[in-house]
Amino acid sequence: MDDKLVVIKDLHVWFRVFGGYLKVLNGVNFTVRAGEKVAIVGETGCGKTTTVKSILRILAPQAKVVRGEIFFKGEDVLKMRPPRLQHLRGSGASMIFQDPTAALNPVFTLGDQISEIIRYSGSRPEGSGAEIRQLAIKALREAMLPDPERMLDNYPFQLSGGMRQRACIAMALATPRELLIADEPTTNLDVTIQDQVLRLVKTLVVQRGMSLILITHSLGVARETSDRVYIMYAGSMVEAAPTGEIFERPLHPYTQGLLSCIPKLTGEGVAEGIPGRIPDYLNPPPGCRFEPRCPHATERCRRSKPEFARVGDGHEVACFLYY
Amino acid sequence: MTVDTRKGHPEAGRPLTLRGENLRRAWYRFSRHPMSVVGLVMVAAIILLAILAPYVTPYPKHAGAFVDYRNAGKPPSAAHWLGTDVFGRDILTRIIFAFRGALVMGIGVLVLVVPLGVVLGLIAGYAKGTLLETVIMRVTDVFLALPPLILALAVCAVMRPTLFNSMMAVCVSWWPWYTRLVYGMTSSVRNEFYVKAAELTGASRFHILFREILPNCIAPIFTKMTLDMGWVILTGASLSFVGLGEQPPKPALGTMVSDGAKYLPAQWWIAVFPAIAIMVVVLAFNLLGDGVKDMLATEEGS
Amino acid sequence: MPGDILVVENLKKYFPIDKSTLLKRKTLYLRAVDGIDFTVREGETLGLVGESGSGKSTTAYTVIGMYAPTGGRILFKGREVAGQASERPLDIKKDMQMVFQDPGTSLNPQRTIGQIIALPARVHGLVSGGSVERKVIDLLEAVELPADYRYKYPRSIGGGERQMVAIARALATEPSFVVLDEPTSALDVSVQAKIINMLIRLQKQFKLSYLFITHDLSLMRNLATRVAIMYLGKIAEIAPTVEFFRSPKHPYTQMLLSSIPVVSKAEEELRPRRVESRGEIPSPVNVPPGCGFHPRCPMAMDICGQVDPVMVATGQDHLVRCHLYSGAARSFSAAD
Repeated sequence: MDDKLVVIKDLHVWFRVFGGYLKVLNGVNFTVRAGEKVAIVGETGCGKTTTVKSILRILAPQAKVVRGEIFFKGEDVLKMRPPRLQHLRGSGASMIFQDPTAALNPVFTLGDQISEIIRYSGSRPEGSGAEIRQLAIKALREAMLPDPERMLDNYPFQLSGGMRQRACIAMALATPRELLIADEPTTNLDVTIQDQVLRLVKTLVVQRGMSLILITHSLGVARETSDRVYIMYAGSMVEAAPTGEIFERPLHPYTQGLLSCIPKLTGEGVAEGIPGRIPDYLNPPPGCRFEPRCPHATERCRRSKPEFARVGDGHEVACFLYY
Repeated sequence: MTVDTRKGHPEAGRPLTLRGENLRRAWYRFSRHPMSVVGLVMVAAIILLAILAPYVTPYPKHAGAFVDYRNAGKPPSAAHWLGTDVFGRDILTRIIFAFRGALVMGIGVLVLVVPLGVVLGLIAGYAKGTLLETVIMRVTDVFLALPPLILALAVCAVMRPTLFNSMMAVCVSWWPWYTRLVYGMTSSVRNEFYVKAAELTGASRFHILFREILPNCIAPIFTKMTLDMGWVILTGASLSFVGLGEQPPKPALGTMVSDGAKYLPAQWWIAVFPAIAIMVVVLAFNLLGDGVKDMLATEEGS
Repeated sequence: MPGDILVVENLKKYFPIDKSTLLKRKTLYLRAVDGIDFTVREGETLGLVGESGSGKSTTAYTVIGMYAPTGGRILFKGREVAGQASERPLDIKKDMQMVFQDPGTSLNPQRTIGQIIALPARVHGLVSGGSVERKVIDLLEAVELPADYRYKYPRSIGGGERQMVAIARALATEPSFVVLDEPTSALDVSVQAKIINMLIRLQKQFKLSYLFITHDLSLMRNLATRVAIMYLGKIAEIAPTVEFFRSPKHPYTQMLLSSIPVVSKAEEELRPRRVESRGEIPSPVNVPPGCGFHPRCPMAMDICGQVDPVMVATGQDHLVRCHLYSGAARSFSAAD
């Protein structure tokens, strides 16, 4: 009970657009414990980025939290006042994004950018220039960047994609934090580099006893990097289980569909895919949002939304097939 | 009316009102900033007043040769909302009639300048790296260096000062801005994959320039045109201020200001109201231009 | 050889980069494609796999005529094909089509889908006036999109559907050969599955041959007849699919296969023993001497830094470019 770092309960987030509201998040339930590595797997538009941005409250102005609660170490995030929120963003959690080029300021050196974080994240506001420089070098070295002293004076454009992402990781971990949120950090990288970067993230997070929320659309990446996997569809979690369990015993029809679609090295061909498309968030179906595409759909599924319920050891699923 | 015909699809049978939907979306984008709507209303009012001038003005005859010295130099009153000038002519009426000349100037210049400038820009941008591009762009550079007002002064000094001549002079110095704008856009659009795809297929140059590239340049062109209406009118007012452009007794905003300047500050209304009118016209087009820019910005993603 | 629809011989594509200073003229060459040979047989799918800087996309663009080759030649159905598309005869352009990687940028946002699909057919004179609409509807049907999509704009449909439109466009001229540049890389897994199945079906239906560019080896395992893997502008290994995955010979192939995240123990077992990925991928401007892979290769020998290996056959139709298999290594250290 007490080692829960992040708890999201029944979160509903809507976006104001032309023609009404996009009811993107439809009751998200999500938990991360201290020291745990959790992956959120879902396809484009399912709301995974919106979910984690809500934790740090960095959503776009058109977004509204219409229901639900978010707790960070027991504190209610949605009710936090600016100073507390600053503290959360400065030393509670940090985030790395899909495109490292966009996350780095092109007109400042790496040294400038890391020093700024170290100085303003709240942990060492009065450190001397030299102290901060040493901390920056340490951060770069831990992120496996070659020649850290020289690297401080490099600009982002002088680095390759993999190195830029490592620079972002260095920045995210330069000061002590409890949570690292990684939003598709390797999607834009080559496969061999992706492997290196994911291993690095995993090592660093474990070393520091941090928790990790990894967002990805790749089940393979989730399998190799996390302890527990959440599968997300159209605005809510549909299944969650420890990593091994979810691949051996996928329960939700969507999870099963996803797994069958992935081309495998065993060469059994590619499944037909999941028929249909994601629902219209402007006018989503009232019941289970996966129902129109589900091979096991019933009338009950059309009418009401299944709860995210425990069905085994650490295994939760939101589907009427199981209760 | 076309309907969604996918069998078994949840939206089957729903009528596809694409046109209507697109228009409503465009209006939504346009009206996000209320000032744009204000601009639209102002421009519409100016245009309507100009078209219906003989019917909506209190003293249509004052817009021509007319004198009434008993009423000369009267301050704003119930009978003359903006007062009268030294010839006894109603200033409000003359301003509204002056809008006509202003709008004719704006539209006339743009109608000539935009097609020429855009076509040259497309050709130069697409022919990048060739002699043709160099020739077009260097010529454009030369014309860009000409200050519009000075050139117009020179032209009108040599030829008779008329509305037509000053329009021509403004055209000569205005077209290169469109060329440069379209040149920049074409240079980048031509490297897009959809253009390459059309080229690989073997589409004709005409098709590529006018059907693939040009539609992607429309937004800044239209925005610039809207804003330019205001600027051309301002330039026209500057020209008539120094006595070129529309000649008396036809009313022109700039002329009215310069005539009235002599009588400041005692009979301030003779110069000030036409000046405010110029400001209002330019402001109206600027506000409208902002709205056009918002409206034409394409929505990306959902 | 008969039945070879595309033959590429010693293809090279270099891009000059001007590094002249005020005092000295200097041009560097970015060797995107540096001497590759491969064939695509009729009815088969050749998978061209590689990471960034490998030259796979440049190869695709050179084959289709966006770039003129710096060296080597391309033979299509036995006829030598000129460099750029603008110089190629119309019947070759009609017969060879391309599907681009990013459907967001390969479809003109200001044109309707109907106009986009109809263009190639119009250009090649296959339709005119009244028959245009029929053709567009038929093509949309072939890619399982509703007929009234022809009035829509690309921005109002999803990424997967846009790519289906791109495929429909490629089919508009009834080609026999299609180059596909990572057509599903930007798409979700479920959409990718749908498109891959569609491509397989279309291949059978219209008797197409594919040159399929991708970085996704798992996909190739299930789609390609033969696979070629590229690194820094050269082909490192090429073999029929089953053979390629059963017995990958080149260290880079093994490194790539070890790095792919998989979803089951069965797949894990199929991967070669782990070759840990190290180092960065060098830029094709600064190709290391000798074998381009040697700085990252865990099995590099002395010869690898000095002499560029040549393609050697190690079995039925299985070619590798590596000193481990060429026997040259022994004579090299002996000559020392």
